[in-house]
Amino acid sequence: MAYSEKVIDHYENPRNVGSFDKNDPSVVTGMVGAPACGDVMKLQLKIDDNGIIEDAKFKTYGCGSAIASSSLVTEWVKGKTIEQAQAIKNTDIAEELALPPVKIHCSILAEDAIKAALEDYKSKHQK
Amino acid sequence: MNYFELFSLSPVYDLDTALLAERYRDLQRTVHPDKFANASEQDKRIAVQRTAQVNDGYNTLKHPILRAEHMLSLKGIDLSHESTTVKDTQFLMQQMEWRESLEAIKHCDDPDKLIDQLHHSFADYREQITAQMSQLVGSDDQQALLDAADLIRKLKFMAKLQDELARAEDALF
Repeated sequence: MAYSEKVIDHYENPRNVGSFDKNDPSVVTGMVGAPACGDVMKLQLKIDDNGIIEDAKFKTYGCGSAIASSSLVTEWVKGKTIEQAQAIKNTDIAEELALPPVKIHCSILAEDAIKAALEDYKSKHQK
Repeated sequence: MNYFELFSLSPVYDLDTALLAERYRDLQRTVHPDKFANASEQDKRIAVQRTAQVNDGYNTLKHPILRAEHMLSLKGIDLSHESTTVKDTQFLMQQMEWRESLEAIKHCDDPDKLIDQLHHSFADYREQITAQMSQLVGSDDQQALLDAADLIRKLKFMAKLQDELARAEDALF
């Protein structure tokens, strides 16, 4: 299967790989996994007092498409509000990376990672 | 297609695999396309289809995860074509940790010891999940079946880890 140039670019030069200090109160974490391929994805967002996503980091164990999807997402969410980040759809990711149908689940995983991280934000801010 | 019926076996997770292999050989002989060399085109086609079915059935029932999935599919829960995301944070944290350990194999001083530890950890966890799953997968209770589905998803992650461990081991030599 041929990967698109954008996937290869993100795969070879992944943006924002790594972790934030999880004890930092402005950091929220989303963990998701895809049983079909065993991929695991961790997305961390640093969200300021105004609800703006200041920074993002990811760590993904999976195929090139899964790594590219999460790398792309960290670029996209930076500077966005929570509502804007919530609106990112897997179809946007799949289209940007020209993912073939068999790799659509990688973009779903990345969308779900954003959702999981924002869930973590909500649960932390309800207290 | 109910593969348990195909091999005249009772639909249980703890299958007699020797009996399965025996039934497989018997069935394979009766439907083998060579036996239909002088038969009509239609009969030949049917024999080829039956052979494929018998092979698929055998491969499914022989494989523990596929067998469990097949049992669920017979009860209307299809796991093989799903793109469900697992969100169990504690489980996924453990997966991440194990993936990090796998990465550490190639840099550590005593890779054999680490590989050995990981083999044990994976096997312990897999046995624990399999024991729970095998209790639930034969149930007729919908919630028990959904719980079994969750455990099968976890076993798929463990299968992936096992593959990665084998690959890391191979890379050492």
